[in-house]
Amino acid sequence: MSVGLVATGLGARRGGRTVFADLSFSLHPGEALLVTGPNGVGKSTLIRLCAGLLQPAAGTLDYTATPDRPPVALLAEAAALDGELPLGEALRFWARLDGRADAIDRVATALAEVDLAALSTVPVRLLSTGQRRRAALARVVASGALLWLLDEPANGLDAAATARLEVLVERHLEQGGMAIVATHLPLRLPGMRTLALGGVA
Amino acid sequence: MSGSLWPLIRRDVRRGYAGGGATLVVVFFLLVATLFPFAIGPDAALLARVGGGVIWAAALLAALMPVERLVAPDLEAGVFDQLAIRGQSLAAVAAARMLAHWLAFAPPLMLATVIAAGLLDLSAETLLLVEAGLAIGTPGLAALAVATAALTASLRGAGAIAGLVMLPLAVPLLIFGAGALSGGASALKLLAAVSLLLVAGAPFVAGAAIRAAME
Repeated sequence: MSVGLVATGLGARRGGRTVFADLSFSLHPGEALLVTGPNGVGKSTLIRLCAGLLQPAAGTLDYTATPDRPPVALLAEAAALDGELPLGEALRFWARLDGRADAIDRVATALAEVDLAALSTVPVRLLSTGQRRRAALARVVASGALLWLLDEPANGLDAAATARLEVLVERHLEQGGMAIVATHLPLRLPGMRTLALGGVA
Repeated sequence: MSGSLWPLIRRDVRRGYAGGGATLVVVFFLLVATLFPFAIGPDAALLARVGGGVIWAAALLAALMPVERLVAPDLEAGVFDQLAIRGQSLAAVAAARMLAHWLAFAPPLMLATVIAAGLLDLSAETLLLVEAGLAIGTPGLAALAVATAALTASLRGAGAIAGLVMLPLAVPLLIFGAGALSGGASALKLLAAVSLLLVAGAPFVAGAAIRAAME
């Protein structure tokens, strides 16, 4: 089976309510899927399904990863960075859990790429919303994962940071990566396909 | 695709001691142990007789202190999500947390027991039996604390409910731990059995509870 993500007839239920049903798409290296739609339509649910954090109520989700890269990196609402730690240290914790021998270098590079290198010694709790988002993005970049799952990555980002996000995702795709981006803000990604979730109601 | 859990254990131990967490437990433990001389009166012989049991009861109450901080903050911060997508089994994560919690909880408590023994005028043999019992019983107590924390993590007012969940389950530890003071080796063996049972079972309970709370 070739590398990629294939969803067939995917359905999700939360709290007894059908969030979406019969969703089919496929994603291959170098491709991005932009998931759009109004609030509460199941964008985050779809991201969590793809992350394996939820089980689909219907349909199947087949993901074939490459053995040389971590399969998934997730950027979600919660940053999962310890507030009392300096930013660099908080990110290195995750890089070490990823089993990266070059954790320090990877984190330093990723921080520079989201323009937070100057703040690597500042405790996470002192960061602003946008800075925290960029820090979470830096973790995704540092993971080197094959599939990026970004849930509202542009929330709280200014124009310059949004442009940087687009560049980072574009480079990830060029390197054979895949991305699923749930957003209600307009994002320009090359060669992206859009999956517009409508309310099943 | 699951790497080593050592970074996680190190982080959890650090967080256990950070922000005065371990100090709070010790101070609370000593405070409870001090309440008994006030309540019973300065009868040294009586205190020496009940002192071992007092220390066990105080240890049990002190074990409740950190429960709210063990699982809920990480659940809210998405730490378990990030661990789960890295292919870590949540039972293993819970086991790591139990070990870390034990490392942050038991050594300070056992040191404070020496002070409490002085306050209660315990004999050296009694102190030794209490310390031996705590060494055997605290892993079970730590396991119970993490499991309780996971079960109550998504509830409001978790602190009060945690006490209701945890204390009844900790009663066997109390019985055999305090029983060792008069019953000796056989009670210590039963204490070890209870502790082992809790340590073996709790990671799966906690892992399943965290998984359920994540959805």
